[in-house]
Amino acid sequence: MSQVHVTTTINGDPTEFLCEPDETLLDVLRDRLGMTGSKEGCGTGDCGACSVTVNGRLVCSCLVLGAEAEGAEVATIEGMSDGETLHPLQRKFIEHAALQCGICTPGLLVAAKSLLENHPDPTEEEARYWLAGNLCRCTGYDKIIRAVMDAAEEMREAS
Amino acid sequence: MVQVRIWGSLAAATEGQTEVEIKAGTLRELLDGLAEKYPGLRPQLKRGVSVAIDGRIYNDSWFQPIQPDSEVVLLARLKGG
Amino acid sequence: MALDSKSDTQTRDFKVVGTRPNRPDGIDKVTGRARFGADITAPGMLIGRVLRSPHAHARIVSIDTSQAEALAGVRAVVTSADFNKIEDDDFTADILDNCMASEKAMYDGHAVAAVAASSEAIAKRALKLITVEYEVLPHVTDVDAAITADAPVLHEGRTDETVPAGMSGNVISRFEFGHGDIEAGLAAADKVLERSYKTEATHQGYIEPHACMASMGPDGQADLWCCTQGHYMVRNTCAAIFGMEQGQLRVTASEIGGGFGGKTTVFLEPVALALSRKSGRPVKMVMSRSEVLRATGPTASSSVDIRLGMTKDGRITGARAELRYQGGAYPGSPVEFGSMSAFAPYDLEHVKTVGWDIVTNRPKQAAYRAPGAPMAAFAVESAIDELAKGFGLDPLEVRLKNAAREGTKSSYGVTYPAIGLEATLRKAKDHPHWTAPLGPNQGRGVACGFWFNFGGDTCVSLNITPDGTVTVSEGNPDIGGSRASMSMMAAEELGIPYEKVRTIVADTGSLGQNEVTDGSRVTFAVGLATIEAARAAKREMCRRAALVWGIDEEAVEWIDGAAQPAGPNAGDHPPMTLAEIAATASNTGGPIAGHHEANPEGAGVSFATHMVDTEVDPDTGAVKILRYTVFQDAGKAVHPAYVEGQFQGGAVQGIGWALNEEYIYGEDGVLQNAGFLDYRIPVASDLPMIDTVILEIPNPGHPYGVRGVGETSIVPPLAAIANSVSESAGVRMAQLPMSPPKVLAAMQSK
Repeated sequence: MSQVHVTTTINGDPTEFLCEPDETLLDVLRDRLGMTGSKEGCGTGDCGACSVTVNGRLVCSCLVLGAEAEGAEVATIEGMSDGETLHPLQRKFIEHAALQCGICTPGLLVAAKSLLENHPDPTEEEARYWLAGNLCRCTGYDKIIRAVMDAAEEMREAS
Repeated sequence: MVQVRIWGSLAAATEGQTEVEIKAGTLRELLDGLAEKYPGLRPQLKRGVSVAIDGRIYNDSWFQPIQPDSEVVLLARLKGG
Repeated sequence: MALDSKSDTQTRDFKVVGTRPNRPDGIDKVTGRARFGADITAPGMLIGRVLRSPHAHARIVSIDTSQAEALAGVRAVVTSADFNKIEDDDFTADILDNCMASEKAMYDGHAVAAVAASSEAIAKRALKLITVEYEVLPHVTDVDAAITADAPVLHEGRTDETVPAGMSGNVISRFEFGHGDIEAGLAAADKVLERSYKTEATHQGYIEPHACMASMGPDGQADLWCCTQGHYMVRNTCAAIFGMEQGQLRVTASEIGGGFGGKTTVFLEPVALALSRKSGRPVKMVMSRSEVLRATGPTASSSVDIRLGMTKDGRITGARAELRYQGGAYPGSPVEFGSMSAFAPYDLEHVKTVGWDIVTNRPKQAAYRAPGAPMAAFAVESAIDELAKGFGLDPLEVRLKNAAREGTKSSYGVTYPAIGLEATLRKAKDHPHWTAPLGPNQGRGVACGFWFNFGGDTCVSLNITPDGTVTVSEGNPDIGGSRASMSMMAAEELGIPYEKVRTIVADTGSLGQNEVTDGSRVTFAVGLATIEAARAAKREMCRRAALVWGIDEEAVEWIDGAAQPAGPNAGDHPPMTLAEIAATASNTGGPIAGHHEANPEGAGVSFATHMVDTEVDPDTGAVKILRYTVFQDAGKAVHPAYVEGQFQGGAVQGIGWALNEEYIYGEDGVLQNAGFLDYRIPVASDLPMIDTVILEIPNPGHPYGVRGVGETSIVPPLAAIANSVSESAGVRMAQLPMSPPKVLAAMQSK
């Protein structure tokens, strides 16, 4: 079986790659493009560590085929900061100690960014339910939710 | 002479006593003394033990001094997670 | 020189310790730049994959790897034949057998062969070409079934000298702790409770699967990159397995995506090294989630019988526990720690615990955060609660009445020094959570917990650059933010800003030996070594200043980050800052460093009390956590946010263990829920905020009073939640997990 040629945009950069028809977007990002920021925690879409957005929609990249990125806009953790400037969520995660081992952090940040783009003023409950697809085993989610709510407030004030 | 408390399931090796006396001034002398006096303890000593001296836990320190009036307790070898 | 380098507790105004600076690895982790176990590649790298037994118990009659070896792209295939036989070292032999089965497959998922190929797809195809002939044997997975007379026996001759004759060969060890006369104690009670409790096996649930990359050359030198809690342990274990010298193997620890004890041993590493040796290429191996659940190290399941006697005014007169733990297919469940810690919070005249280590056809257990203690505490704290409530007594008052204090002879034999249990109970009693109103189908539970903590081999090297910045090299993978804490302690000791210190986790070539990151030991032991290394550097810097000033070394002291003459008789010299001394280091004797190697003892035990409110849905049996508060003694909280993080993380793992998590085996001995969908760990929407109260009763064995905190927080939740749910549901819950069908069944049967 021959590989598929894909033309896409990743974090605003035009990107081309070859991949197997059954290869996931996560595997393409990590193994073909060297973008190891997205993590594989389960491979079955249950942990959210591989979260990216495709055309603005939050997805588990382990459940998306590499070939499906054709013509799409993909956003990963690597594109979240703007040069030296961290996104408010990234800053708040550090300030609030919302990470311990950090393996779930990229997925959580991508998911939280998507939350705030869709719902800039979420309640704590709404934030928890939106982020229920992102597993964290270290923190118990407390400081993560605090960081997200704090970032949301800062971003609302800035806009 | 030092009084050593050993745990109940080891008492079969010390004629049923859970408090035994050993001549020792350091942790190593204690462990060697126990092995010498109670050969039935050797398998457990080989598997490993921790020793609490006056409430502080020691895993390996051979030359940790033990006073004659110290409280010495043999414990299962401590591991964490 | 006027510096006291004894390890005495300092009650002083800390400048850095106790604050909340940002952690040094924070930016890398929020940008995705941090490199975890699977985030590495090497030129010419092969991908390794493991063939696993589909049977719970089977003799391996033969393995034919010829077709796999012949597949284009396959560079090496290994089985147990590629490893040395380990003699006289059961511990290492069991680890190796677990990494690669030899005579028998001992559990569903046990590794039987492995391949290295030029791509993952080819490696997977190669696995299918390996033919294994199995003779399937009867299996047993339940801890109580494993000790019956007709249970299939896993190993011959592993039962040790502590086990009475005539018991099943699956009973490996017996432990007994305690003192006094149990029958007399129970006879003095107004009521004796007899109840049995069961918990299921759970997994540490770290989000990062095991991953490593091994590179072994024909000269026997090897490099290994892996996610681990202890790269020195990995070095020593792999060296023992291969008969190598430890210095020939250099292990680098990647960032680690969670461990909790599950990464304190090896699974893939020896296999990757063997494949690399055979293929002559670097080999990368990463586990899938189902491999992690099937074939790494969950904790033991338990079956515990309690007999507890209490007077009607709440005094415990006698306490007995019999604990049966299964640790998977090899000896070594943590039943001795369960036995020692079960009654540790209490002052008891008559107490006895008996623990049995039992094997079953399940994966070989590994440590899980206070190994063995949560299950024991579940049983004991539930029993105390049931008796207390039966007498109409306040559960916190009953615990206070029986609480161990300084001078109490513990149930495991040691007399306690100053401990924080009573303080946590009083704080809990005074907290608004205790008196907040509850509604229908709601209940409140409390429980105490305890963990030993320990020290272990530690090396720290503190080096000063010519421009006066400081690098601390230590050997413990950072799971919870310890690099920040080391930098804080070094900055505190040197009197310089936190930003001037950088802490790195050095590979095994850089330091001699370091115990694993476990036992809640890093802030205590590595912190202590960091402080001593900083003190050594200070002494050297004072010596350099003395040289420059032409005065006696003893006449120089270190204050606020600078060397100063100690008193007017020493001469009128303006202070020399660390940066100034560093700038002239080459002129005064060479680069400046301080180092410290130790096996520190004197770790302080840590106590906690947890309080939780739950609500049960009477129609579904679903349990909701409404409110949770952790009260725990940290000795001295170096970085309060990271201490809170440990309290919260341990509590939430306990919530999962209490409510949802369990290993489910079918009749065929195969694990049925080997994925995160059906092995259900807590998610954000399950939980409220986890409130924390940090108490600080200093540990005399650490210069700043630090006690380990990482493990104790998982000990009380199982019982606290069971006590709460028993109230919410109106029926005593004695089995975990309390998943909806079980709660519903219990409510309906009362």
